[in-house]
Amino acid sequence: MYPPRFRYEAPTTVEEAIGLLTEGKGEAKLLAGGQSLIPMMKLRFASPEMIIDINGLSGLDYLTFPDDGSIRVGALCRHATLERSAELGVRQPTMAAAAPLVADPIVRNRGTLVGSLCHSDPQGDWSAVMVALGGHLVAQGPAGKRSIPVKDLVTGPFQNALAFNEIGIEAVVPAPAGVPMGGYLKLERRVGDFATASVAVALEMEGATVAKAGIGLGAVGSKTINAEDAAGALVGGPLTPEGIATAGDLAAAVAQPRSDHRGSADYKKHIVQTFVVRILNRVAASMEKVA
Amino acid sequence: MTSLYEEITPAAPGDVPTRRITVNVNGQPRTVDVEPRLLLAHLIRYGLKLTGTHTGCDTTNCGACTVLLDGEPVKSCTVFAVQADGHDVMTVEGLGSPSELHPVQEGFKDEHGLQCGFCTPGMMMSAKALLDRNPDPTEDEVRWALSGNLCRCTGYQNIVKAVLWAGDKLRAQAASGEES
Repeated sequence: MYPPRFRYEAPTTVEEAIGLLTEGKGEAKLLAGGQSLIPMMKLRFASPEMIIDINGLSGLDYLTFPDDGSIRVGALCRHATLERSAELGVRQPTMAAAAPLVADPIVRNRGTLVGSLCHSDPQGDWSAVMVALGGHLVAQGPAGKRSIPVKDLVTGPFQNALAFNEIGIEAVVPAPAGVPMGGYLKLERRVGDFATASVAVALEMEGATVAKAGIGLGAVGSKTINAEDAAGALVGGPLTPEGIATAGDLAAAVAQPRSDHRGSADYKKHIVQTFVVRILNRVAASMEKVA
Repeated sequence: MTSLYEEITPAAPGDVPTRRITVNVNGQPRTVDVEPRLLLAHLIRYGLKLTGTHTGCDTTNCGACTVLLDGEPVKSCTVFAVQADGHDVMTVEGLGSPSELHPVQEGFKDEHGLQCGFCTPGMMMSAKALLDRNPDPTEDEVRWALSGNLCRCTGYQNIVKAVLWAGDKLRAQAASGEES
Protein backbone atom coordinates (compact mmCIF):
# COMPACT_ATOMS: atom_id res chain seq x y z
CA MET A 1 0.00 0.00 0.00
CA TYR A 2 1.06 3.56 -0.58
CA PRO A 3 -0.55 6.96 -0.12
CA PRO A 4 -2.03 9.22 -2.79
CA ARG A 5 0.23 11.94 -4.19
CA PHE A 6 0.72 15.08 -2.16
CA ARG A 7 2.78 18.22 -2.16
CA TYR A 8 5.58 17.93 0.40
CA GLU A 9 6.92 20.88 2.35
CA ALA A 10 9.52 20.86 5.11
CA PRO A 11 9.50 24.30 6.75
CA THR A 12 12.23 25.31 9.17
CA THR A 13 10.26 27.84 11.24
CA VAL A 14 6.87 27.69 12.96
CA GLU A 15 5.79 30.87 11.14
CA GLU A 16 6.59 29.27 7.78
CA ALA A 17 4.59 26.18 8.76
CA ILE A 18 1.59 28.35 9.75
CA GLY A 19 1.88 30.17 6.41
CA LEU A 20 1.76 26.84 4.57
CA LEU A 21 -1.27 25.71 6.62
CA THR A 22 -3.04 28.97 5.73
CA GLU A 23 -2.15 28.47 2.07
CA GLY A 24 -3.47 24.89 2.28
CA LYS A 25 -6.97 26.13 3.23
CA GLY A 26 -7.72 23.06 5.35
CA GLU A 27 -6.34 20.56 2.83
CA ALA A 28 -2.90 20.44 4.43
CA LYS A 29 -1.82 18.14 7.27
CA LEU A 30 1.09 18.47 9.66
CA LEU A 31 3.46 15.51 9.85
CA ALA A 32 5.24 15.00 13.19
CA GLY A 33 5.58 11.33 14.18
CA GLY A 34 3.22 10.24 11.42
CA GLN A 35 2.40 6.97 13.15
CA SER A 36 -1.35 7.52 12.75
CA LEU A 37 -1.35 9.86 9.75
CA ILE A 38 0.76 7.72 7.42
CA PRO A 39 -1.27 4.51 7.98
CA MET A 40 -4.46 6.53 7.42
CA MET A 41 -3.04 7.89 4.16
CA LYS A 42 -1.99 4.41 3.03
CA LEU A 43 -5.49 3.12 3.78
CA ARG A 44 -6.81 6.20 1.91
CA PHE A 45 -8.85 7.34 4.89
CA ALA A 46 -6.91 10.59 4.59
CA SER A 47 -5.74 12.21 1.35
CA PRO A 48 -4.28 15.61 2.24
CA GLU A 49 -3.18 17.72 -0.71
CA MET A 50 -0.18 18.96 1.21
CA ILE A 51 2.02 17.39 3.87
CA ILE A 52 3.89 19.84 6.06
CA ASP A 53 6.71 17.92 7.69
CA ILE A 54 7.55 19.75 10.93
CA ASN A 55 10.41 17.45 11.92
CA GLY A 56 12.85 20.11 10.71
CA LEU A 57 11.62 22.71 13.23
CA SER A 58 14.35 23.08 15.79
CA GLY A 59 13.91 23.27 19.55
CA LEU A 60 10.55 21.50 19.79
CA ASP A 61 11.69 18.06 20.96
CA TYR A 62 11.87 19.03 24.62
CA LEU A 63 10.48 17.59 27.83
CA THR A 64 11.19 20.19 30.51
CA PHE A 65 10.42 20.70 34.19
CA PRO A 66 10.61 24.47 34.77
CA ASP A 67 10.94 26.02 38.23
CA ASP A 68 7.25 26.94 38.36
CA GLY A 69 6.50 23.21 38.82
CA SER A 70 4.79 22.70 35.45
CA ILE A 71 5.74 20.03 32.92
CA ARG A 72 6.15 21.11 29.30
CA VAL A 73 6.22 18.74 26.34
CA GLY A 74 7.26 20.13 22.95
CA ALA A 75 5.56 19.21 19.69
CA LEU A 76 8.41 16.92 18.63
CA CYS A 77 8.95 15.14 21.96
CA ARG A 78 8.55 11.42 21.20
CA HIS A 79 6.70 8.95 23.42
CA ALA A 80 10.05 7.16 23.96
CA THR A 81 11.55 10.30 25.52
CA LEU A 82 8.71 10.39 28.05
CA GLU A 83 9.03 6.65 28.68
CA ARG A 84 12.75 6.90 29.40
CA SER A 85 12.62 10.05 31.53
CA ALA A 86 13.54 9.18 35.13
CA GLU A 87 12.45 12.64 36.24
CA LEU A 88 8.96 12.19 34.78
CA GLY A 89 8.69 9.01 36.83
CA VAL A 90 9.37 11.00 39.98
CA ARG A 91 7.29 14.05 39.07
CA GLN A 92 4.20 12.71 37.36
CA PRO A 93 3.02 9.14 38.05
CA THR A 94 0.02 9.24 35.70
CA MET A 95 2.12 10.29 32.69
CA ALA A 96 4.90 7.88 33.64
CA ALA A 97 2.39 5.02 33.78
CA ALA A 98 0.91 5.91 30.39
CA ALA A 99 4.11 6.47 28.39
CA PRO A 100 5.17 2.78 28.17
CA LEU A 101 1.63 1.74 27.19
CA VAL A 102 1.34 3.90 24.09
CA ALA A 103 1.27 1.74 20.95
CA ASP A 104 4.46 -0.40 20.79
CA PRO A 105 8.17 0.36 21.38
CA ILE A 106 8.94 1.01 17.70
CA VAL A 107 6.00 3.37 17.23
CA ARG A 108 7.00 5.16 20.46
CA ASN A 109 10.32 6.12 18.84
CA ARG A 110 8.45 8.25 16.26
CA GLY A 111 5.07 9.21 17.67
CA THR A 112 4.60 12.36 19.74
CA LEU A 113 2.38 13.33 22.68
CA VAL A 114 1.28 16.60 21.06
CA GLY A 115 0.56 14.79 17.79
CA SER A 116 -1.58 12.30 19.69
CA LEU A 117 -3.58 15.16 21.25
CA CYS A 118 -4.04 16.86 17.87
CA HIS A 119 -5.01 13.59 16.18
CA SER A 120 -7.86 13.45 18.74
CA ASP A 121 -8.53 9.74 18.39
CA PRO A 122 -11.09 8.78 21.07
CA GLN A 123 -8.91 5.71 21.71
CA GLY A 124 -5.74 7.77 22.17
CA ASP A 125 -3.87 7.49 25.46
CA TRP A 126 -2.59 11.03 26.02
CA SER A 127 -5.94 12.81 25.73
CA ALA A 128 -7.28 10.77 28.66
CA VAL A 129 -4.13 11.46 30.67
CA MET A 130 -4.18 15.20 29.94
CA VAL A 131 -7.90 15.46 30.77
CA ALA A 132 -7.19 13.83 34.15
CA LEU A 133 -4.26 16.18 34.77
CA GLY A 134 -6.09 19.34 33.71
CA GLY A 135 -3.41 19.89 31.07
CA HIS A 136 -3.65 22.22 28.14
CA LEU A 137 -2.36 22.52 24.62
CA VAL A 138 -0.60 25.66 23.44
CA ALA A 139 -1.66 26.34 19.86
CA GLN A 140 0.00 28.85 17.57
CA GLY A 141 -1.73 30.43 14.58
CA PRO A 142 -1.40 33.55 12.46
CA ALA A 143 -2.75 35.67 15.36
CA GLY A 144 -0.32 34.25 17.91
CA LYS A 145 -0.56 31.72 20.69
CA ARG A 146 -3.52 30.56 22.76
CA SER A 147 -3.97 27.92 25.39
CA ILE A 148 -6.71 25.28 25.05
CA PRO A 149 -7.62 23.01 28.00
CA VAL A 150 -7.39 19.44 26.69
CA LYS A 151 -10.87 18.72 28.07
CA ASP A 152 -12.19 21.31 25.59
CA LEU A 153 -9.77 20.43 22.79
CA VAL A 154 -11.28 17.14 21.71
CA THR A 155 -14.76 17.75 20.28
CA GLY A 156 -15.46 14.43 18.59
CA PRO A 157 -13.79 11.49 16.87
CA PHE A 158 -10.68 12.89 15.16
CA GLN A 159 -12.15 16.38 15.65
CA ASN A 160 -10.77 19.17 17.77
CA ALA A 161 -10.96 22.86 18.52
CA LEU A 162 -7.83 23.77 16.54
CA ALA A 163 -8.29 26.11 13.59
CA PHE A 164 -7.04 24.73 10.27
CA ASN A 165 -4.00 26.99 10.42
CA GLU A 166 -3.05 26.45 14.03
CA ILE A 167 -0.18 24.24 15.19
CA GLY A 168 -0.07 22.46 18.54
CA ILE A 169 3.25 23.74 19.85
CA GLU A 170 3.42 22.23 23.29
CA ALA A 171 1.41 20.44 25.96
CA VAL A 172 1.54 21.85 29.48
CA VAL A 173 0.70 20.15 32.75
CA PRO A 174 0.15 22.82 35.42
CA ALA A 175 2.08 22.75 38.68
CA PRO A 176 0.37 20.52 41.23
CA ALA A 177 -0.97 22.03 44.46
CA GLY A 178 -0.17 18.86 46.41
CA VAL A 179 1.78 15.64 45.93
CA PRO A 180 0.86 14.14 42.54
CA MET A 181 -0.35 10.54 42.65
CA GLY A 182 -2.37 8.37 40.30
CA GLY A 183 -1.94 5.99 37.43
CA TYR A 184 -3.03 4.84 34.01
CA LEU A 185 -4.44 1.47 32.99
CA LYS A 186 -5.38 0.28 29.53
CA LEU A 187 -6.94 -2.94 28.35
CA GLU A 188 -5.71 -3.98 24.92
CA ARG A 189 -5.94 -7.35 23.17
CA ARG A 190 -2.23 -7.23 22.45
CA VAL A 191 0.56 -4.64 22.41
CA GLY A 192 -0.10 -2.03 19.74
CA ASP A 193 -3.81 -2.71 19.36
CA PHE A 194 -6.31 0.08 19.91
CA ALA A 195 -7.55 0.26 23.49
CA THR A 196 -10.63 -1.68 24.56
CA ALA A 197 -10.90 0.82 27.42
CA SER A 198 -8.45 3.00 29.30
CA VAL A 199 -8.54 5.04 32.50
CA ALA A 200 -6.26 7.84 33.69
CA VAL A 201 -6.46 9.00 37.31
CA ALA A 202 -4.54 12.00 38.63
CA LEU A 203 -4.71 13.08 42.27
CA GLU A 204 -3.03 15.85 44.22
CA MET A 205 -2.66 14.92 47.87
CA GLU A 206 -2.20 17.25 50.82
CA GLY A 207 -1.25 14.84 53.55
CA ALA A 208 -3.93 12.17 53.50
CA THR A 209 -6.50 14.52 51.93
CA VAL A 210 -7.32 14.53 48.23
CA ALA A 211 -6.93 18.20 47.29
CA LYS A 212 -7.63 17.76 43.61
CA ALA A 213 -8.66 14.87 41.38
CA GLY A 214 -9.12 14.22 37.68
CA ILE A 215 -10.28 11.11 35.81
CA GLY A 216 -10.09 10.71 32.02
CA LEU A 217 -11.62 7.82 30.10
CA GLY A 218 -10.36 6.61 26.73
CA ALA A 219 -11.99 4.41 24.07
CA VAL A 220 -15.40 4.42 25.74
CA GLY A 221 -17.11 7.16 23.73
CA SER A 222 -16.90 9.21 20.57
CA LYS A 223 -14.34 11.39 22.35
CA THR A 224 -12.21 11.33 25.48
CA ILE A 225 -14.49 11.50 28.50
CA ASN A 226 -13.90 13.79 31.48
CA ALA A 227 -15.37 11.90 34.46
CA GLU A 228 -15.76 15.06 36.56
CA ASP A 229 -18.35 13.73 39.00
CA ALA A 230 -16.31 10.62 39.75
CA ALA A 231 -13.23 12.74 40.42
CA GLY A 232 -15.23 15.28 42.43
CA ALA A 233 -16.48 12.54 44.76
CA LEU A 234 -12.90 11.99 45.90
CA VAL A 235 -12.00 15.58 46.75
CA GLY A 236 -11.95 17.01 50.27
CA GLY A 237 -11.23 13.90 52.31
CA PRO A 238 -8.97 10.88 52.52
CA LEU A 239 -9.29 7.93 50.16
CA THR A 240 -11.78 5.52 51.68
CA PRO A 241 -13.09 2.19 50.35
CA GLU A 242 -16.56 3.76 50.05
CA GLY A 243 -15.27 6.83 48.22
CA ILE A 244 -13.23 4.67 45.86
CA ALA A 245 -16.25 2.47 45.09
CA THR A 246 -18.40 5.56 44.43
CA ALA A 247 -15.80 7.00 42.05
CA GLY A 248 -15.67 3.72 40.14
CA ASP A 249 -19.45 3.62 39.78
CA LEU A 250 -19.71 7.27 38.73
CA ALA A 251 -16.97 6.84 36.13
CA ALA A 252 -18.67 3.76 34.66
CA ALA A 253 -21.93 5.73 34.56
CA VAL A 254 -20.52 8.43 32.26
CA ALA A 255 -18.73 5.97 29.94
CA GLN A 256 -20.53 5.63 26.63
CA PRO A 257 -18.91 2.59 25.04
CA ARG A 258 -20.24 0.75 22.01
CA SER A 259 -20.34 -3.02 21.68
CA ASP A 260 -17.83 -4.20 19.10
CA HIS A 261 -15.32 -6.99 18.47
CA ARG A 262 -13.32 -5.84 21.51
CA GLY A 263 -16.21 -6.42 23.88
CA SER A 264 -19.76 -5.48 24.78
CA ALA A 265 -20.70 -2.05 26.09
CA ASP A 266 -21.49 -3.55 29.50
CA TYR A 267 -18.10 -5.26 29.62
CA LYS A 268 -16.29 -2.00 28.82
CA LYS A 269 -18.23 -0.12 31.53
CA HIS A 270 -17.19 -2.86 33.92
CA ILE A 271 -13.56 -2.40 32.89
CA VAL A 272 -13.79 1.36 33.52
CA GLN A 273 -15.20 0.76 36.98
CA THR A 274 -12.56 -1.89 37.75
CA PHE A 275 -9.66 0.28 36.53
CA VAL A 276 -10.74 3.36 38.51
CA VAL A 277 -11.01 1.27 41.68
CA ARG A 278 -7.73 -0.54 40.97
CA ILE A 279 -5.72 2.66 40.45
CA LEU A 280 -7.22 4.30 43.55
CA ASN A 281 -6.61 1.19 45.66
CA ARG A 282 -2.98 1.22 44.58
CA VAL A 283 -2.66 4.89 45.55
CA ALA A 284 -4.31 4.18 48.92
CA ALA A 285 -1.95 1.25 49.53
CA SER A 286 1.12 3.33 48.66
CA MET A 287 -0.06 6.06 51.06
CA GLU A 288 -0.37 3.53 53.85
CA LYS A 289 3.21 2.46 53.24
CA VAL A 290 4.41 6.05 53.54
CA ALA A 291 2.34 6.69 56.69
CA MET B 1 13.44 5.72 -8.80
CA THR B 2 10.83 8.38 -9.45
CA SER B 3 8.45 5.86 -11.00
CA LEU B 4 8.34 3.15 -8.38
CA TYR B 5 4.56 3.49 -8.10
CA GLU B 6 4.01 4.41 -11.76
CA GLU B 7 2.91 1.00 -12.95
CA ILE B 8 -0.03 1.26 -10.60
CA THR B 9 -0.66 5.00 -10.79
CA PRO B 10 0.57 6.20 -14.20
CA ALA B 11 1.47 9.84 -14.54
CA ALA B 12 2.70 11.95 -17.40
CA PRO B 13 6.45 12.63 -17.21
CA GLY B 14 7.09 15.83 -15.37
CA ASP B 15 3.74 15.53 -13.65
CA VAL B 16 5.21 14.03 -10.54
CA PRO B 17 7.30 16.40 -8.45
CA THR B 18 10.32 14.71 -6.97
CA ARG B 19 12.91 15.60 -4.40
CA ARG B 20 16.57 14.72 -4.42
CA ILE B 21 17.56 13.14 -1.13
CA THR B 22 20.76 11.66 0.25
CA VAL B 23 20.38 8.89 2.78
CA ASN B 24 23.31 7.26 4.51
CA VAL B 25 22.36 3.59 4.12
CA ASN B 26 24.55 1.10 5.96
CA GLY B 27 27.37 3.64 5.95
CA GLN B 28 27.11 4.55 2.26
CA PRO B 29 25.57 7.82 1.08
CA ARG B 30 22.88 7.08 -1.51
CA THR B 31 21.50 9.99 -3.54
CA VAL B 32 18.16 9.36 -5.21
CA ASP B 33 15.22 11.30 -6.65
CA VAL B 34 12.00 10.27 -4.97
CA GLU B 35 8.33 11.07 -5.06
CA PRO B 36 7.47 12.48 -1.60
CA ARG B 37 4.90 9.72 -1.05
CA LEU B 38 7.50 6.97 -1.49
CA LEU B 39 7.71 4.95 1.72
CA LEU B 40 11.13 4.28 3.21
CA ALA B 41 10.46 0.52 3.08
CA HIS B 42 9.83 0.74 -0.66
CA LEU B 43 12.93 2.88 -1.27
CA ILE B 44 14.99 0.26 0.56
CA ARG B 45 13.47 -2.79 -1.10
CA TYR B 46 12.65 -1.69 -4.64
CA GLY B 47 14.84 1.38 -5.09
CA LEU B 48 18.04 0.23 -3.43
CA LYS B 49 17.30 -3.50 -3.93
CA LEU B 50 18.07 -4.29 -0.30
CA THR B 51 15.48 -7.02 0.07
CA GLY B 52 16.47 -8.06 3.59
CA THR B 53 13.92 -5.55 4.89
CA HIS B 54 10.55 -7.28 4.61
CA THR B 55 7.13 -5.69 4.35
CA GLY B 56 4.61 -7.73 6.30
CA CYS B 57 1.33 -6.19 7.38
CA ASP B 58 1.90 -2.79 5.73
CA THR B 59 -0.27 -1.25 8.49
CA THR B 60 2.24 -0.41 11.25
CA ASN B 61 1.45 -3.54 13.23
CA CYS B 62 3.96 -6.29 12.60
CA GLY B 63 7.42 -4.69 12.67
CA ALA B 64 8.85 -6.89 9.89
CA CYS B 65 10.04 -3.73 8.08
CA THR B 66 11.93 -2.40 11.13
CA VAL B 67 15.16 -0.56 10.31
CA LEU B 68 17.29 1.74 12.42
CA LEU B 69 16.89 5.47 11.70
CA ASP B 70 19.74 7.28 13.45
CA GLY B 71 20.12 4.18 15.63
CA GLU B 72 16.46 3.93 16.73
CA PRO B 73 14.11 1.24 15.41
CA VAL B 74 11.34 2.57 13.15
CA LYS B 75 8.75 0.83 11.01
CA SER B 76 9.99 1.76 7.55
CA CYS B 77 6.50 1.27 6.07
CA THR B 78 5.40 4.21 8.23
CA VAL B 79 8.12 6.73 7.37
CA PHE B 80 8.40 8.61 4.07
CA ALA B 81 11.73 8.21 2.32
CA VAL B 82 12.06 12.03 2.18
CA GLN B 83 12.05 12.05 5.97
CA ALA B 84 15.30 10.06 5.94
CA ASP B 85 17.07 12.77 3.92
CA GLY B 86 20.36 13.52 5.64
CA HIS B 87 19.89 10.73 8.17
CA ASP B 88 21.48 7.32 8.84
CA VAL B 89 19.55 4.18 7.98
CA MET B 90 20.73 0.72 8.96
CA THR B 91 19.11 -2.35 7.46
CA VAL B 92 19.82 -6.00 8.23
CA GLU B 93 22.38 -5.94 5.39
CA GLY B 94 24.40 -3.49 7.49
CA LEU B 95 24.36 -5.70 10.54
CA GLY B 96 26.83 -8.35 9.40
CA SER B 97 27.79 -10.43 6.39
CA PRO B 98 27.43 -14.19 5.71
CA SER B 99 31.12 -14.68 6.52
CA GLU B 100 31.07 -12.37 9.51
CA LEU B 101 27.76 -12.51 11.33
CA HIS B 102 26.85 -9.90 13.92
CA PRO B 103 26.43 -11.48 17.40
CA VAL B 104 22.68 -10.87 17.13
CA GLN B 105 22.61 -12.89 13.89
CA GLU B 106 24.81 -15.56 15.45
CA GLY B 107 22.45 -15.73 18.40
CA PHE B 108 19.42 -16.30 16.16
CA LYS B 109 21.36 -19.06 14.38
CA ASP B 110 22.66 -20.73 17.54
CA GLU B 111 19.45 -20.53 19.55
CA HIS B 112 17.18 -21.36 16.59
CA GLY B 113 15.50 -17.96 16.90
CA LEU B 114 13.62 -18.31 13.63
CA GLN B 115 11.44 -20.68 11.70
CA CYS B 116 10.06 -19.14 8.49
CA GLY B 117 12.42 -16.17 8.82
CA PHE B 118 9.99 -13.49 7.69
CA CYS B 119 10.00 -11.45 10.90
CA THR B 120 13.69 -12.11 11.57
CA PRO B 121 15.33 -9.00 10.03
CA GLY B 122 12.96 -6.71 11.93
CA MET B 123 13.45 -8.69 15.14
CA MET B 124 17.22 -8.42 14.79
CA MET B 125 17.14 -4.65 14.24
CA SER B 126 15.00 -4.15 17.35
CA ALA B 127 17.33 -6.48 19.25
CA LYS B 128 20.40 -4.57 18.13
CA ALA B 129 18.92 -1.25 19.26
CA LEU B 130 18.02 -2.76 22.63
CA LEU B 131 21.53 -4.13 23.20
CA ASP B 132 23.10 -0.83 22.11
CA ARG B 133 21.07 0.97 24.78
CA ASN B 134 21.02 -1.76 27.41
CA PRO B 135 23.89 -4.27 27.04
CA ASP B 136 22.66 -6.56 29.83
CA PRO B 137 18.87 -6.78 29.57
CA THR B 138 16.67 -9.08 31.63
CA GLU B 139 14.38 -11.53 29.87
CA ASP B 140 11.49 -9.18 30.65
CA GLU B 141 13.29 -6.24 29.09
CA VAL B 142 13.95 -8.28 25.95
CA ARG B 143 10.29 -9.26 25.66
CA TRP B 144 9.24 -5.66 26.25
CA ALA B 145 11.67 -4.31 23.62
CA LEU B 146 10.48 -6.84 21.03
CA SER B 147 6.78 -6.33 21.72
CA GLY B 148 6.37 -4.29 18.53
CA ASN B 149 7.67 -7.15 16.37
CA LEU B 150 5.26 -9.99 15.66
CA CYS B 151 6.31 -13.59 15.00
CA ARG B 152 3.73 -16.17 13.95
CA CYS B 153 6.00 -19.23 14.13
CA THR B 154 8.26 -19.42 17.13
CA GLY B 155 6.15 -18.45 20.10
CA TYR B 156 9.01 -16.01 20.81
CA GLN B 157 10.79 -18.35 23.24
CA ASN B 158 13.89 -18.90 21.13
CA ILE B 159 13.93 -15.32 19.88
CA VAL B 160 14.27 -14.13 23.46
CA LYS B 161 17.02 -16.73 24.07
CA ALA B 162 18.81 -15.56 20.93
CA VAL B 163 18.84 -11.93 22.07
CA LEU B 164 20.10 -12.90 25.54
CA TRP B 165 22.80 -15.02 23.85
CA ALA B 166 23.82 -12.03 21.72
CA GLY B 167 23.96 -9.83 24.82
CA ASP B 168 26.29 -12.31 26.54
CA LYS B 169 28.54 -12.47 23.49
CA LEU B 170 28.67 -8.69 23.02
CA ARG B 171 29.54 -8.18 26.69
CA ALA B 172 32.25 -10.84 26.50
CA GLN B 173 33.65 -9.15 23.40
CA ALA B 174 33.62 -5.76 25.11
CA ALA B 175 35.36 -7.21 28.18
CA SER B 176 38.11 -8.90 26.16
CA GLY B 177 38.53 -5.69 24.15
CA GLU B 178 39.14 -3.78 27.37
CA GLU B 179 41.74 -6.30 28.54
CA SER B 180 43.79 -6.29 25.33
